[in-house]
Amino acid sequence: MQMMTNRMIKFLLGLALTMAATACGGGSAPVTSAGSTSSSGITLNGAGATFPYPLYAQWAHEYGAASGVKLNYQSIGSGGGIAQIKAKTVDFGASDAPLKSDVLDSEGLIQFPMVIGGVVPVINVEGISSGQLKLTGTLLADIFLGKIRKWNDPSIASANPGLSLPDQDITVVHRADGSGTTWIFTNFLSAVSESWKSKSGSGTSVEWPSGVGGKGNEGVSSYVERVKGSIGYVEFAYALQNKMAHVLMENRDRSFVEPSIETFQSAAANADWANAPGYYLVLVDQPGARTWPITGASFILMHREQPDAAKALAVLKFFDWAYKNGEPSAKKLDYVSLPGTVADLVRASWTSRMSSGGKPVWSNSGS
Amino acid sequence: MVPDASGEASRETAPRALPPGAKALPDFLFRTSAAVAASTVIVLLGGIFLELCINARLSIARFGFSFFTRDVWNPVTEDFGALSSIYGTIVSSGLAMLLAVPLSMAIALFLVELAPPLLSRVVGDAIELLAAIPSIIYGIWGLFILSPLIADHVQPWIQETFGEIPLFSGPPMGIGMMTSGIILGFMILPYICAVTRDVLKMVPPVLKESAYGMGATTWEVTRNVSIPYGLRGIIGAVFLGLGRALGETMAVTFVIGNDHTLSTSLFAAGTTISATLANEFSEATTPMYLSSLVELGLALMAISVVFQAAAYFWMSRLGRVTARA
Repeated sequence: MQMMTNRMIKFLLGLALTMAATACGGGSAPVTSAGSTSSSGITLNGAGATFPYPLYAQWAHEYGAASGVKLNYQSIGSGGGIAQIKAKTVDFGASDAPLKSDVLDSEGLIQFPMVIGGVVPVINVEGISSGQLKLTGTLLADIFLGKIRKWNDPSIASANPGLSLPDQDITVVHRADGSGTTWIFTNFLSAVSESWKSKSGSGTSVEWPSGVGGKGNEGVSSYVERVKGSIGYVEFAYALQNKMAHVLMENRDRSFVEPSIETFQSAAANADWANAPGYYLVLVDQPGARTWPITGASFILMHREQPDAAKALAVLKFFDWAYKNGEPSAKKLDYVSLPGTVADLVRASWTSRMSSGGKPVWSNSGS
Repeated sequence: MVPDASGEASRETAPRALPPGAKALPDFLFRTSAAVAASTVIVLLGGIFLELCINARLSIARFGFSFFTRDVWNPVTEDFGALSSIYGTIVSSGLAMLLAVPLSMAIALFLVELAPPLLSRVVGDAIELLAAIPSIIYGIWGLFILSPLIADHVQPWIQETFGEIPLFSGPPMGIGMMTSGIILGFMILPYICAVTRDVLKMVPPVLKESAYGMGATTWEVTRNVSIPYGLRGIIGAVFLGLGRALGETMAVTFVIGNDHTLSTSLFAAGTTISATLANEFSEATTPMYLSSLVELGLALMAISVVFQAAAYFWMSRLGRVTARA
């Protein structure tokens, strides 16, 4: 009996010790970095925006096969990505909404664009198929403001001569969660409509004047598919893969354009990256006859001062590889990669703005 | 594990033959481990409450009591009020209770008083199975099956019958307060039903038999014997269901429409506290936004406590009344 109790106490002690050990181990796991200086065998951790997730995952897969470096990207959302990089639990963060340069300075971060995408208004109106309905920025803003409540409203009809519009209530579908997609979309609405700007403004989540909210691109698209007479907005790749009916948007040059890789590229081509501090650039409502007006870039965030030069270099090498070799898979997944000139600018900013122990992590030769 | 081992040990040997120390130790271990386990509940509850208060201090300081009375929710200007979420939580749970309570009472009474034993067992098992369905399945079912049904048939019919009164106005979306109330009702039905059935089963047969012996009908026995006898248990079951409805997140998020606008229409989109938290927590980037969400959580906890207290109060009063009678 005595022995039994002793064994019991030993067992309990052992259990407590094991639990304590695993608890400590679990807590410190994300910070452990591979000690080796060779790039293979290192695992890189990133987290953030959901929009570029399919592309980053594909790139990570291809890069892993080529170099042996493992990249683990968690699509927890732009806000989460910003929070994680601030807390230094990941090697890089990703956000669809760029941080302003004063925030970058105060947090000691650098930011650079990685990929370009478009946001597309999608509709579910009986008798109107994809690419038939034309909308101007003002019309879109008035619909989302709840000022235009019927599909056969005279103002919509006058922009769409010859199209028979039903006498149906419009249901607006927006994102319920904070999102970079919303950031791009509301920036566009604010750019084209004064009343939107003063009523709701722009941000990753805003106060919506009307409608219903879905969680994520999939939440919005399933609501749009379910609710007759609805209009929502999703990422281009998402609209394409789910064969949703999109609208034609009028751009700054007063021409109606289809959402496509070409029209997104046209928006990015005119952007002045060189003179944008911290690459803070809003790509909505850009000039150009073939420009899709609701376009935006997705950004990467890293710390300026890197504790582990080898690891930081491995991360930069991945992005360098993606700039050089990432275009085919980007195209296949309906994303737009950045022009080579922008990639060169970004590389130069790595050299000048990121260091480890006083030495730059990245040298222009590609290290 | 520990109580089991000591229990076996004491059964093997006669307790009186043991030396005093050996007898005391397992008992001491058992007592303390049980007491520690019990106290974790209090510590956990207090800890959660404290943590919520600390993390909500920013929004408490800024908005004060007006947080609960205003229906603004503007992350851009960082102006927050919880009214629409609180309203949605209470209305959707209320609709759920309206549906679930009468239905589960009827089912439980049928199972205990009327159904043949085999049928009673089959239906009883089916109800317990309903309770085991994950809430996300209810959500998907609500979005893909129930909401088109409501949009195409129920809401147009109601609007034609009652006219355009504010309670039923709006375009037929099939998404909103009504749909989430119905889904919630189906979700809590098995809980209320199973507990009510068990309570009714515990009514002593001798009571019922003597009533039958006096010539009472099944309805009279049910109304005058079974229900009064089990009333406290039944009320407990109802509040158990209400507690679940108040906190349910996943299924509601699918069908409620997640919009912060306050609307009188039962067919309009709304939001609940838990749906708002699930949607917005991961992307709440500013301290004030985060703090307001935490205060929402605090509000949900407060609502649950209020209903719990009401249940206790009601039951204790009932106890006194029946004791006097």
